[in-house]
Amino acid sequence: MSIEIVNVSKRFGDFVALDNVNVSIPAGQLTALLGPSGGGKSTLLRIIAGLETADSGRIEIEGVDATKLSPQKRNVGFVFQHYAAFKHLSVARNVAFGLEIRKRPKDEIRERVHELLKLVHLAQFADRLPSQLSGGQRQRMALARALAVQPTVLLLDEPFGALDAKVRKELRDWLRRLHDEVHVTTVFVTHDQEEALEVADEIVVINEGRVEQIGSPDALYDTPANDFVMRFLGPVTELGDRLVRPHDLQLLTGGGESGAVPGRITRITRVGFEIRVVVAVRDQFVTVTLTRNEFLSLDLHVGSEVQVRVAPEVANSVGQSRVLGAV
Amino acid sequence: MASHPATRTRRGPVAYLVRLLVIVYLFLLVAWPVYLVGKNTFADGMDNINGILEDPDIVHAISLTVQVAIIAVIINTLFGVGISLLLVRYDFRGKRLLSAMLDMPLSVSPIVVGLALVLVYGGRTGWFGPALEGMGFQVIFATPGIVLATVFVALPLVIREVVPVLEEVGEEQEQAARSLGANAWQTFRRITLPSIKWGVVYGVVLSLARSLGEFGAVKVVSGNVLGETRTATLVVEEKYLNFDKGGAYATAFLLALVAVACIIIVSVIRPKEDR
Repeated sequence: MSIEIVNVSKRFGDFVALDNVNVSIPAGQLTALLGPSGGGKSTLLRIIAGLETADSGRIEIEGVDATKLSPQKRNVGFVFQHYAAFKHLSVARNVAFGLEIRKRPKDEIRERVHELLKLVHLAQFADRLPSQLSGGQRQRMALARALAVQPTVLLLDEPFGALDAKVRKELRDWLRRLHDEVHVTTVFVTHDQEEALEVADEIVVINEGRVEQIGSPDALYDTPANDFVMRFLGPVTELGDRLVRPHDLQLLTGGGESGAVPGRITRITRVGFEIRVVVAVRDQFVTVTLTRNEFLSLDLHVGSEVQVRVAPEVANSVGQSRVLGAV
Repeated sequence: MASHPATRTRRGPVAYLVRLLVIVYLFLLVAWPVYLVGKNTFADGMDNINGILEDPDIVHAISLTVQVAIIAVIINTLFGVGISLLLVRYDFRGKRLLSAMLDMPLSVSPIVVGLALVLVYGGRTGWFGPALEGMGFQVIFATPGIVLATVFVALPLVIREVVPVLEEVGEEQEQAARSLGANAWQTFRRITLPSIKWGVVYGVVLSLARSLGEFGAVKVVSGNVLGETRTATLVVEEKYLNFDKGGAYATAFLLALVAVACIIIVSVIRPKEDR
């Protein structure tokens, strides 16, 4: 295990940011710390980097106890949400910073900087100032700067949070490809579940200072440990006292299948390829999502009488049924 | 900042009236009186200027003023940058009190500062003075006292320029530098100092101008001994009271010239995007 977080707690005044957190982050993988804002995930990342100190607990990086080490001695690369570019230094000097501090020979620095700038596709901008770059370019520069010192772990704090949706998507794919090339143990903080599901090998869900669940994206999505994780990772709706994903529900127009509940369609919304159908079932409104083809073959209209049930393959694959309120 | 919205050009009679009012006000209050000092200085050609430059006591006074100002500016710059870092980057008990105390030199009359310094460092009756004098170190009625008084009155100027810049720059660049392996000094030298450079320069210039021109506090602590502890501002008063108006205007002109030159030089070399 590359990073061990043992019994870490942190308070800011009365606010409990982290409450006895234990996480093992595997080496060489891309791990996401996912959770709502203010849940403690950034604090955990900053504690790993040494930018904050834990009130209690221990941090190990590659088997070395780093709890008391200053950030300069931890050999971590840190990437900030707002880039933290050195504004008075050129792009190349920014990337060279860590190497200059380490007093590497000039030729080696020049070579390594050029190599890294090529890796992040900024070779032609080497002599510009950060203020002359776009947000996405600045963040790539910050990444190159962090990678330059060959850190044992790379930590990214909401790295794409300040970018617009399109650039964010591009950089996300790019980070995944970069990680496949460089293979450095990487931890990134995000509140965007789609980002975590798409990029990460492993996701740690953190809420209100506690770890809710740790697992692969598939495991988290398909078998969430509790309602919080289920709600946070994707859309949910309630059928009876059960929390289910809208796309795991089926609509039947025929009568009396087992486990199906009768209802009446109250609303149909089309969002691109997806059709959202709201069905009034007894005192509930249940949302069901269908593909366009499913929807057309069923010939549904507002007011149609239908049967709602959980798709049989889903009902079988989930070991225990989750009951509302069992957090 | 490059993102400032362009100033709108206002037109119409009210706008012109307001502008006229401001110009007249500044003219009567600042420009005309300062111009008259210059005009009186050169009323007889270079006679007044030559007169004071040929008087060794006045040359001594001017050089004393310059020396004191330079020492005071160095002390205030080192101390000011340090205190600014403390105020912006660290949290501690009594921080607000410290911040309020730092403004005191601006609000207290310099003559009070002078008297207070005499009470502490006075050679005969001061709280700390006799002990220092016993060690052969005279403060009051000597150069150290003048430096002390000057440092006191110009104390907040660097701090008040640097603190807002430090706040605006934020801590992230420094944290990034630390995580890249820089120690505290390397971080300060390579990251913090370049980003607050212009704040420091501006603070230094204001301190220099203020230090050159200090009068009240210096008058109390210096003893005003001709050729020894009389500074340029004291010369101006002395000459003026002795009906040597030409000498007074000439010395005043030199003082004003240096201060104005400082401010003009900085506003010219300061990069546009910083303002």
